[in-house]
Amino acid sequence: MENCGGSRTAFRDGVKAAWPICLGYVPIGLAFGILAQKAGMHPMAAGAMSLFVYAGSAQFIAVSLLCTGAAATSIILTTLVVNLRHLLMSSSLAVHLQGVGRGFLSLFAYGVTDETFAVNLARFTAGRWHPRQAVVVNLVSGAVWTGSSIAGALGGEFIPAGAFGIDYALSAMFICLLVIQLRAPIHVVTAVISGAAAAVLCLEIPGNSHVIYASLFGATAGFALLKLKKHGRGGGKEKEP
Amino acid sequence: MTMDLALIVAGMALVTYVPRWLPLFLLSRRRLPQWFVQWLDLIPAAILSALIVPELFVSGEPRSLVLFQQKSLVALPVLLIALKTKSLGLTVVSGMLLFWLAGKIL
Repeated sequence: MENCGGSRTAFRDGVKAAWPICLGYVPIGLAFGILAQKAGMHPMAAGAMSLFVYAGSAQFIAVSLLCTGAAATSIILTTLVVNLRHLLMSSSLAVHLQGVGRGFLSLFAYGVTDETFAVNLARFTAGRWHPRQAVVVNLVSGAVWTGSSIAGALGGEFIPAGAFGIDYALSAMFICLLVIQLRAPIHVVTAVISGAAAAVLCLEIPGNSHVIYASLFGATAGFALLKLKKHGRGGGKEKEP
Repeated sequence: MTMDLALIVAGMALVTYVPRWLPLFLLSRRRLPQWFVQWLDLIPAAILSALIVPELFVSGEPRSLVLFQQKSLVALPVLLIALKTKSLGLTVVSGMLLFWLAGKIL
């Protein structure tokens, strides 16, 4: 890869790629910190949860369950279900991490979130992305997530809610990342099926398991259509350098 | 009390880490069958769409479908900007600006 120059450039590239994620993580991290503090958690406990778990929605759910005095096992089980979607994301990323050392993979896995997955995958697909740069995205985003959680727990109520439209940062980011993924007609078809399925399913199922079901359904339907029309402009032929 | 919390955090960390780690550990060292790679190639578009569509069009508790609301209306120009520029930074910043402006107007 071009950046045999070393970890310095990898770090700079990673930070450059991570900034939209960080921008989005700040308000959510602050909100999490405020909520955790209101639930009676010490700022360092909120920070520890963000550092060790590093999964936004699961953490929000855990804190609200803590408030209701739920049992530890039910909090942990809920977390497992909420985060099962990462199975799919890591599977997709694995295609781009062939032959990478297992110690590195174990570090990389820690930072696979909806957002880092999407940003790194877009870069990997574009072809000029190295695992080293990708892991920087994961870790820098995690640091910002943890930092803003602690900041929120310490004094987040002083920050006006919804300032500068920052609440929309991650939505806008996902819209752009989705657009980047629409490389062939089959991706558009898959996205439409999956999006519609998710919208319908989430009305019926509480929590966020609709993401897994809809993604599996959308991708499988898209794959079936691809196979049905052999001339379907092979969206799947992926050859990485 | 704090011991309980530490156990909860440790448990959450473990059950979050394993699904992130397992596929990387299992899949990155073997040749994946072509059909599986093709199917996986559709997963990102599927996941991103499954994340963003409910985010834009579903609101409230209990959840209900709200087709026209601030976040979905702003999504249209944001989508056009994303299609036109393919730039993450530009899309995020203009999305924030548009959402903020829409909040002032609506």
